[in-house]
Amino acid sequence: MNQAGLQYKRRLKRRHLVSRMFAIICIISTWFGLLVVALLLIGLMFKATGIFDITASSQTELRNWLTPHLLTNHMSSHPEKAGMVAGIWGSFWLMVMTGFFSIPLGVGAAVYLEEYSRENLFTKFIRLNIANLAGVPSIVFGILGLTVFARMFSLFHDFPPIGIPVGIGMIKIPIPFGRTLLTGSLTLSLMILPIIIIASQEALRSVPQSIRHASLALGATKWQTIWHQVLPASLPGILTGTILALSRAIGETAPLIVIGAVSFTVYNPGNMEHVSDYLTKPEVLLTVPSSDFTVMPLQIWNWGTKPQPEFQDLASAAIIVLLLVLLCMNGLAVFLRHHYGKRLDW
Amino acid sequence: MLPSSKHSLSAKTNFRRIWEGIVLTSLMFCATVSVFVTAAIIFVLVSESVVGIGDSLAFFQEVSLWSFLTDTAWAPQYGEGQFGILPLLAGTLWVTGIASVIGLPVGLASAVYLSEYASPKTRGIIKPLLEVLAGIPTVVYGFFALFFVTPLLIKPFAENVLGIEANIFNAMSGGIVVGIMIIPMVTSLSEDVIRAVPRGLREAGYALGSTRFDVSTKIVVPAALSGILASFLLAISRALGETMVVMIAVGAQPKLTWNPFETMCTMTANIASMANGDAGTGSVEYRSIYAVAFTLFIITMGMNIFSQFILNRYREVYH
Amino acid sequence: MNLNPSENLIDTATENLPGPAVSEKPGSPELATKIETRDLNFFYGPMQALFGISIKIAERSVTALIGPSGCGKSTFLRTINRMNDIIEGTRITGTVYLENESIYDPQVDVVELRKKVGMVFQKSNPFPKTIFDNVAYGPRVTGIKNKNELEEIVERSLKQSAIWDEVKDRLNSSALALSGGQQQRLCIARTLATNPEVILMDEPASALDPGSTSRIEDLIYKLKQEYTIVIVTHNMQQAARVSDSTAFFYQGELIEFGLTETLFRSPREKKTEDYITGRFG
Repeated sequence: MNQAGLQYKRRLKRRHLVSRMFAIICIISTWFGLLVVALLLIGLMFKATGIFDITASSQTELRNWLTPHLLTNHMSSHPEKAGMVAGIWGSFWLMVMTGFFSIPLGVGAAVYLEEYSRENLFTKFIRLNIANLAGVPSIVFGILGLTVFARMFSLFHDFPPIGIPVGIGMIKIPIPFGRTLLTGSLTLSLMILPIIIIASQEALRSVPQSIRHASLALGATKWQTIWHQVLPASLPGILTGTILALSRAIGETAPLIVIGAVSFTVYNPGNMEHVSDYLTKPEVLLTVPSSDFTVMPLQIWNWGTKPQPEFQDLASAAIIVLLLVLLCMNGLAVFLRHHYGKRLDW
Repeated sequence: MLPSSKHSLSAKTNFRRIWEGIVLTSLMFCATVSVFVTAAIIFVLVSESVVGIGDSLAFFQEVSLWSFLTDTAWAPQYGEGQFGILPLLAGTLWVTGIASVIGLPVGLASAVYLSEYASPKTRGIIKPLLEVLAGIPTVVYGFFALFFVTPLLIKPFAENVLGIEANIFNAMSGGIVVGIMIIPMVTSLSEDVIRAVPRGLREAGYALGSTRFDVSTKIVVPAALSGILASFLLAISRALGETMVVMIAVGAQPKLTWNPFETMCTMTANIASMANGDAGTGSVEYRSIYAVAFTLFIITMGMNIFSQFILNRYREVYH
Repeated sequence: MNLNPSENLIDTATENLPGPAVSEKPGSPELATKIETRDLNFFYGPMQALFGISIKIAERSVTALIGPSGCGKSTFLRTINRMNDIIEGTRITGTVYLENESIYDPQVDVVELRKKVGMVFQKSNPFPKTIFDNVAYGPRVTGIKNKNELEEIVERSLKQSAIWDEVKDRLNSSALALSGGQQQRLCIARTLATNPEVILMDEPASALDPGSTSRIEDLIYKLKQEYTIVIVTHNMQQAARVSDSTAFFYQGELIEFGLTETLFRSPREKKTEDYITGRFG
């Protein structure tokens, strides 16, 4: 073999080595984040259940904080008695109300953009705006909620609450809204609106044109086609995106701090004392939107930033609860995507 | 066709047309809400920080823009109060910088792995896992930093290796965790743009006798460079706007310092702690959060618009 | 159709090479076999795409692979530089020899193989870099850094592929600014720069206008004096114009292989005749 050939062979060996090392670096990078978070989660689990606390000083006693009390008790200054029931209900109602506001708005916007709008400067502007809104820090949404909903620019003083009649009574809405569930859910609705719009747009886009043409050819109007054919076909996709957006909403903390949601409260939304209240005293439900509230992440923040190690362990336990809830929601989203996604595979 | 039936047909058509019109109008309203939201954000920030509504003064009517931008201290509680954004900007830059050093290269390398090396099966495992990672609330990441990263990594490292004292609240720990937090975002955004690089370029590369390393680093990444930069910008803007991790792990003491093992305060943490504190609604102190939020909004919005612009041009090249 | 026609067909093809069709070719009258496949089967997952292909391709000649789309001609071409390796879930049985080396042997370095067996694609695919950097890519990855050496290689390759005069004044402008035909010739130059022995061409002119096509064909005719060229084409006139021997593929099988002139004048198989007379395909 000639000189150049030999040199090529020698260099080739080195190139393969470089390539292999690069592959290893890339693989390590891929697993790095996953492994670190997995380790931290395990550490947190140990801390919460008292199996082993790597950071504990020798005086603190290890105990299992992940108890039924955690789910049923109210907050307390005694860590052993403290629970997160108010936060669980708060998160629940916050999610329900956020969905109530954001889903129709988001899906409606997506339908308009995908099915009706022509490609002109206006729609281009809306699209760009949605993409940018998705990148606005959540805390800025908090400031928006604080100023527009909670305070209403301090323009109203001693304004009587507005009553909205519904079947069983009146929903009384204070003006300005104050630090209520209404403010919280409106704020988060605006925050997750871009996510819902983008996910719904994708779901609508995946419905084949042939379905629309077939329906229109049968004499259906545009809206009939959308309502009876396109929306049902894209429902799994829309639901998946919506669930993911709502799970983002119930994990949010910063905007709620800004609007002034309380982190310490011993009342459930609507002053409900037991779940059955929602059935036996339905009028309780009417006061939910105007109630002060706390949510799981706020309680976690409250406990975790206390100096006592017991509260920090309690926060770890509450984090596990929050993560389980989110895991269930994510699981549901993945299930919907796979189960119905396959059935609707065109 | 009989006149009567023609009449009923047109009546029905009329009703339909009106109904379709109502639907279209409400859908259009939904689509414009996002524009109203942006407008409302800008209005709120401007009205509270630049021009006041009614008889209330805006922040910049009491504190000059010059002192806001150049004052080296943020100390609203002392005397007249000092409102210099520099310490908050410095804190934000520290955290974002540390996060970028960790999150961007790791995220890019994992994007290259997923698009150039991994089999579809491996990708099918890793991508959902990354989604789960991205779904963990930021408050949880905050406590990861405070409970584990600071006591187990930062403090021993600072004290034993560097021989300096590390505060329980420090920029290093928060920055590292924010960096880990943005990895899934960098990975998924970069992977999207990397996969958009035409297959033909990869094939040409392999056909010329390239290793995977050659194809990845000399063809694919350069071809996707502008898209990758755009995804970096989006991730950095996300790190800039992160609140909870920073508030929990870095603290809320505005400080202009060169030492990342010190407690600091970012713009976001400052807003949250001010809003959470007991400053009266009418006070300058309270209104300062709008000026800080305005600054944050301009920076992140600028980065987002710029990266959207790059991404749009990138897509035009490859589609 | 008999299951193993290729064996004797190959023999006739190679034996006939010094015959009238190739007599004008300079150099040795007897051309050695450069590429040989034996009983080559290829699978995309569960689907078999090639069935028992055995063929001998002579060096410094142009071999055209023709057949209707989906007949496996491109797949066959891509087995010769193992390009199919980068597609997930493909499998191969049988052997491919480059000279006397079995290229699917585990000891063979596929990177080195592809340097020896260059490839030009259907759609011109210059890198989004300058013209110079495109041509210099191959030598650079093999570790050549010397600027003079690179300039020499680039100039030689561009001259060989008959594009030097058109681009010599703008070597540092983007390759994407070139016309389609120029891009394709640049891609050929890029392949030549790695000093290959074999050049595989996958319908290199299918996306080009007649003028550019004839320039590429002239180039192929010129290049065969130094290189072994295998070209896939769906254009039978093109096959007749540029190639010395032609292989007709149909549904993953090699139906007929022989001297181009013979194959087009008096095909032995009915299917070949039907195809070249335009009854299907």
